Amino acid sequence: MSEIILQAKNINKYFHDPVTVKVLNNITFSVNKGEFVSVTGKSGCGKSTLLYILSTMDTDYEGELLIDNETMTHKKEKQLALVRNQKIGFVFQFHYLLNEFSVLKNVMLPGLKLNKFSEAEVEHRAMERLKMLGIQQLANKNANQVSGGEKQRVAIARALINDPLIIMGDEPTGNLDKKNSEIVFNIFQELATEFKQTLLIVTHDEGFAERTNRIIHMEDGNIVT
Amino acid sequence: MKYKLIFSIAKSLLLARWKQTLVAAVGVTFSITMFITLLSFMTGLNKLLDGLILNRTPHVRLYNDIKPSKDQPVNSAVAYKDYHNFISSIKSSSSRQEIYNSTTIIESLQRDKRVVGIAPKIFAQVFFNAGTIDITGSVNGIDVEAESNFFHFNDYIVDGRGTDIKNVANSIVLGKGLATKLLANIDDVIQVTTAKGEIFQLKVVGLYQSGISEYDKSVAFASITTAQKLLGKPASYITDIQIKITDLNQAPKVAKEYAGLYGCDAEDIQTANSQFETGSFIRTLISYAVGITLLIVAGFGIYNILNMMIYEKMDSIAILKATGFSGSDVKKIFMVIALTIGFFGGLAGLLFGFLLSSGIGRIPFNMTALPTVTTYPINYSLVYYSIGFSFSLITTYLAGYFPSRKASKIDPVIIIRGK
Ligand SMILES: Nc1ncnc2c1ncn2[C@@H]1O[C@H](COP(=O)(O)OP(=O)(O)OP(=O)(O)O)[C@@H](O)[C@H]1O
Ligand SMILES: [Mg+2]
Repeated sequence: MSEIILQAKNINKYFHDPVTVKVLNNITFSVNKGEFVSVTGKSGCGKSTLLYILSTMDTDYEGELLIDNETMTHKKEKQLALVRNQKIGFVFQFHYLLNEFSVLKNVMLPGLKLNKFSEAEVEHRAMERLKMLGIQQLANKNANQVSGGEKQRVAIARALINDPLIIMGDEPTGNLDKKNSEIVFNIFQELATEFKQTLLIVTHDEGFAERTNRIIHMEDGNIVT
Repeated sequence: MKYKLIFSIAKSLLLARWKQTLVAAVGVTFSITMFITLLSFMTGLNKLLDGLILNRTPHVRLYNDIKPSKDQPVNSAVAYKDYHNFISSIKSSSSRQEIYNSTTIIESLQRDKRVVGIAPKIFAQVFFNAGTIDITGSVNGIDVEAESNFFHFNDYIVDGRGTDIKNVANSIVLGKGLATKLLANIDDVIQVTTAKGEIFQLKVVGLYQSGISEYDKSVAFASITTAQKLLGKPASYITDIQIKITDLNQAPKVAKEYAGLYGCDAEDIQTANSQFETGSFIRTLISYAVGITLLIVAGFGIYNILNMMIYEKMDSIAILKATGFSGSDVKKIFMVIALTIGFFGGLAGLLFGFLLSSGIGRIPFNMTALPTVTTYPINYSLVYYSIGFSFSLITTYLAGYFPSRKASKIDPVIIIRGK
């Protein structure tokens, strides 16, 4: 019996622009600790929409979301920000780094925000993660001076800085070539097997999905498997 | 500390856009510079112009007006006490110009804590004789030291020495215009005829210029003793007591009190010069209006630049939010940016304002009315510096408030989706 990290209960989501359409229909599932889950489905079936709800960034939905057995529904914006900071690591398709900062500082920022460790410790932890991902030599480069694949690794390091309960990714390899996709996938795999990191990754890549523990397949706003 | 993080993020965003930031800060600097300069200069001028009147006007003046006595003898007669007495053709008695008991009054005034200074004065109407022409004028008998200390008498002496009226017997200081009319110079002896027809010879020891030329054409100063001699009065004779008090605004109240206490007339400075404040007020008001207008314009500049910055930084804001920064954190970051611009821009403005106004303060400025003034007057009052600085912070706060709020409300989902 393993611990449940994330639980979605009867989640419905509508878009009202230009006409009201239901894009998520009664989504119910849960993710256990240490699971490496991928979400697949045709373009437009609602994967991203679901992920934004699960990541607490989108609060406009029906149903209930529990993270770490705590309900996220009806929480205040500030509390949700704290949950994202502490418990969720997010990796986007496009390498969202802050160009005003160095690679190291980008990784450190969520850690500094959490304010659990001193600045020196946060820096040390950030370096550790960069090393683990094999990009410690980039630490002092500016965020816009590194390649796409490297950026994605920096983003993963950033997602890991606060030891999140779960890492979510929206097509994190979608914008990378074969080689870099492989590197990123291997990192995820390693995180899952060696560190028992829970991962929930949306992907289009069938090969990627097949190698994960569990595939959630979506069609038109419904989970089919 | 979380604020440290907010400051460091704000700093990075600022430095990444340092050119725009600089432009915004320069806007604030410029307006604060102008604000400080304008107010220092304007109020400096105001003070100077007000000083023309204020310096020479006592806050309270005790005197006896020429007017009929209030207590006519019939009213005190026991037989007519309960009647209403109609008296017609009352005449003023001129013999009462003297302030009775002046010595006692002065002593009692000296004990009054509100009083800063006292200068007794005698006013004597005379004719100055220039050949066959008699010029009407007046001789003011003054205590030259008190008059200099409290009413800047010495500042208006343009030639000779004012203090000599005390040291040289039978000496006089003439108004510049009067001296010109009399063709009199320092050390010359002039002749005056008193109202009673007596003729005196007086030695000119100084020339006086108040800047009000009509006044300078008819006025002269002598020592109290000389004036008493001119009028043929004893040593205690005094017609005016001029009083300077600690708080100018108390003058009307104090005047009323003294009038009752000493049984003479008392006039306060506000009544004597009811106009002078209006002009100063309008000038100051205009300076504030211009300064604040400049600041508001600078505020719009900051508003625009912040809005632009937020537009450019949408992605960054979305990432910050996705990684756990709350809306209020984002708001704080942009408020810090705005206030930093206000703070440093304002600080530089204070410095430049000081430099510019002290520059103006060095420009030669000669005013016939004020021989002691040689450069433009500048009022270096800390008040304007603190107002200027507060305003720069307030305007940047307001200018930053709406863009910051907008930034805090950015929905990361929309930005991330939009890619
Ligand atoms: N802001 C919006 N307003 C209206 N409809 C929207 C909005 N965002 C998404 N949709 C619609 O919701 C549906 C689900 O979109 P979503 O982005 O979740 O799809 P997806 O499964 O992530 O697709 P892809 O694989 O192409 O990323 C789509 O039909 C899309 O057109
Ligand atoms: Mg998508």
